[in-house]
Amino acid sequence: MTTTLKLSRLTKTYQGVKALDAVSLEVGRGERVALLGHNGAGKSTMMKILLGLIPYDSGEVQVTGAAPGSAAARKRVAYLPENAAFHPALTGREMLAFYLRLRGEPVSAAAGLLDRVGLGSAAGRRIGTYSKGMRQRVGLAQALIGRPELLVLDEPTSGLDPVSRRDFYTILDGLAADGASILLSSHALTEVEARTDRILILSKGVQVAAGTLADLRAQAALPTRLRVRPASGAGPALAAALAEGVPQADGALLIEVPDGGKLAALARVTALGGQVADVDVEPPSLEDIYSHVSRRDGQ
Amino acid sequence: MTRILASFTAEFRIAVRNRWVAIAVVMMVLFSAVLSAAGSAPTGALGADRLSVTVASLTSLAVYLVPLVALLLAFDAVAGEIERGTLPLLLAYPVSRAEVLIGKMGAHLAVLALALLAGYGTAAVAAVAVDPRALAGLPALFRLFWSSLLLGATFLGIGYALSAWSRRPSGAAGLAIGLWLVAVVLYDLALLAGIVASGDGFFTTRVFPYALIANPADAFRLFNLAASGATAAAAGVGGAAGSIPIWDSLGSILIWPIAALMLAIAAFRRVVP
Repeated sequence: MTTTLKLSRLTKTYQGVKALDAVSLEVGRGERVALLGHNGAGKSTMMKILLGLIPYDSGEVQVTGAAPGSAAARKRVAYLPENAAFHPALTGREMLAFYLRLRGEPVSAAAGLLDRVGLGSAAGRRIGTYSKGMRQRVGLAQALIGRPELLVLDEPTSGLDPVSRRDFYTILDGLAADGASILLSSHALTEVEARTDRILILSKGVQVAAGTLADLRAQAALPTRLRVRPASGAGPALAAALAEGVPQADGALLIEVPDGGKLAALARVTALGGQVADVDVEPPSLEDIYSHVSRRDGQ
Repeated sequence: MTRILASFTAEFRIAVRNRWVAIAVVMMVLFSAVLSAAGSAPTGALGADRLSVTVASLTSLAVYLVPLVALLLAFDAVAGEIERGTLPLLLAYPVSRAEVLIGKMGAHLAVLALALLAGYGTAAVAAVAVDPRALAGLPALFRLFWSSLLLGATFLGIGYALSAWSRRPSGAAGLAIGLWLVAVVLYDLALLAGIVASGDGFFTTRVFPYALIANPADAFRLFNLAASGATAAAAGVGGAAGSIPIWDSLGSILIWPIAALMLAIAAFRRVVP
């Protein structure tokens, strides 16, 4: 695996406060990595450092094999800032033409890029008249210019409606399949869970968890939930058999199974035979893991 | 080069949309028209052609207006990008800060050039219409045009530097107005006070000529008045024009734009987005 982005023991201090404390991360070709954390956890700071926008105190940063902010790195890296802003007096097409020229790409590509993010019909309107979601899409369109090797996306889906979000992740999947590496931050944990390969959780500048969702689950050792629905009329009998179950409004029983005890619990449930209509297994979600990790950190 | 062109194109378009072009053109045309109408009186007495006399009046006008227009165009250049939040993305692109500023300066100079062409053109047409000999003044008008652009470039550069230092458009606008007052109005008053106090002493003979050359606005005025035959038509600082070599004032108006641009680039480089 070739490494597109490499951070090792990256540290940055703002007026005595550690914004980032010895954070390490490697992102390989075609990998999608999500950066999670509360506001002020250091996500944007980390992104700005690897774009070369702000200096760092210690550690090592390599972006596409070059120093962050160097001409070589900036050529291969695309960025979508949080709350992407553009000059309100320019139209979407003119704004993209500007960014295309900066990357030395033909201006004629603007129409295709705007179509790709669903802004084709608004291309001739001034950005001042755009909604937040539309501005966000202009931001995404400019990040797609010139086949970047690394995309750094700071809360890319904020302001997007559910359909646009899905379209957005479809575009990202295509880019990753073509070999682009993607580092994105988000508060929308459910989308990140399904659409990224690895996750890094920051808390007050400290890396508190890192790995695939399966790794994080194993590390957190959170209980799995079984949702057991009784066959008709078998409710009371089932409740007696599964005494630890918590009855739910819809008549189902919710059982929390400690990490590693899932199969044994399932065996117990299946042994009840005809009393059980259905069983759903709910592994700990990223949201559970995230709040677990954050709580452990006293937030 | 394409990157400078990108910055130029976007900035020029913004200047057109924000009506800066219209404002600058109307302002220059109005003032020039008024001056050509009012500047007819001394013609007979001096025997100069009509346009040369108008150029002398336009020089006095340009000393005030050109720096003002330039600073108005420039104050938002960096601070506006910071306030709108467009700077981080721009600086993540493979473009140097110098390229961004040079593109902006080109666009703002183009706006200024349009305004000057319209204003000075109006004056030329008005002069030639009443006095056919006025064609003799065209070289002086051309000289006024390009030296006005150099003066504008100087104040654009200083304006960008102020914009980068203050980081907020409102702060930058305040600084720009303050600078204009000091460089264009108060500076001359201070020099005048120095002359009055010093008489024929050290200040008047040794410091004053260099103090004039050092200020880009005064150097611009000296250069145009000394170079044109209509020196006598201008009062005040114009009197000093004869005593300072034209190469000194020319050197000053040539060096200032470069120095101002370098100052602006240095200030912009210190901005952390």
